[in-house]
Amino acid sequence: MTTRFDDGFVVTSLESAVNWARESSLWPMTFGLACCAIEMMATGGPRYDIDRFGAGAFRATPRQADLMIVAGTVNHKMAERVRRLYDQMPDPKFVIAMGACTCGGGPYYKYGYNVVKGVDLVVPVDVYVPGCPPRPEALLEGLMRIQDKIHRMKSLRGESIDDGLVADRTGSVKLPPEYATESATFEFLKQTKEQAKPVKA
Amino acid sequence: MSDLERLRNAFAGSVTVAGAHVVIDAAKLLEVAQYLRDELKYEILNNISGVDYLEPEAKKLAKAGFEPHLEVVYHLSSFTSPSRRLTLKVMLPRWKNDIVGELPEVPSVAGIWRTADWHEREVYDLVGIMFTGHPDLRRILMNDDWTGHPLRKDYEFPLEYHDIRCR
Repeated sequence: MTTRFDDGFVVTSLESAVNWARESSLWPMTFGLACCAIEMMATGGPRYDIDRFGAGAFRATPRQADLMIVAGTVNHKMAERVRRLYDQMPDPKFVIAMGACTCGGGPYYKYGYNVVKGVDLVVPVDVYVPGCPPRPEALLEGLMRIQDKIHRMKSLRGESIDDGLVADRTGSVKLPPEYATESATFEFLKQTKEQAKPVKA
Repeated sequence: MSDLERLRNAFAGSVTVAGAHVVIDAAKLLEVAQYLRDELKYEILNNISGVDYLEPEAKKLAKAGFEPHLEVVYHLSSFTSPSRRLTLKVMLPRWKNDIVGELPEVPSVAGIWRTADWHEREVYDLVGIMFTGHPDLRRILMNDDWTGHPLRKDYEFPLEYHDIRCR
């Protein structure tokens, strides 16, 4: 939205109006595969209320959805279905990999013979939400990152999604000084490790 | 006369009582199972499990205390006297005739206890034991075109499966 007038009308570009409409009515597909789905349901419930972001209409069919929240362990039998459902979604489509298993195999990374080591081996992923399972707040932030991504889309100008993603409203995380730089982090971790050593009697 | 003694008398030579469980020759399994169900009234087959006794690490091999082999374990219990439990074991080589890739064979007990049907499919799928005479021995958990039996101790992941990297 560029300019506001007192009389109750707004001047904007068509592109940002389209983007605004898209990001404010992201319809996710019901894609709960394992325990992360419980957190996804909690996010949909009244306490965290994903409807505040316009993304509460969980669709049971990929043809009506823009967002696939892959919540849970993807195994090799499911991977084919994940891919097929992703292919059935209309463009523009977005994928959130929710939880450690979908991000990279999680606890099944080493010995899970039937688990796909990250859903990004099957479908392209826009936002990774790590955690086992992630809190609903984390999923909401993932959703907001998707919204930021849509906000910067230039689809009407024939350009695809801008890769230089700068989070607009999700912002950046302000780290405490001991974690501000890499060297400071190592130093801090070293200190805490020494402090944690048992004192010899 | 206890169940174990009756069993030992009926099948002398092919039944070994070892502590709490009974070890049976694979060739005699069907007869023993029929006898247990009909004469000794073990009507329920609670579980079938397959165990792979193999220590892949050479260091731990000396302490392992077993020769490499497979076991099929049958847990039985009874409706007529619920306190009775019985554990059967069948010892098998890891590969039939020691040819790698040839699955060892056990007669299927699916005709005696219907429960055995899916349990045996699972053992076949994950441990790689061929149940001869099974009505429908397909993989039950893994995909039909999967290669190998994942719960074997020497199993190695495929590099990729249906164009998806596996390791």
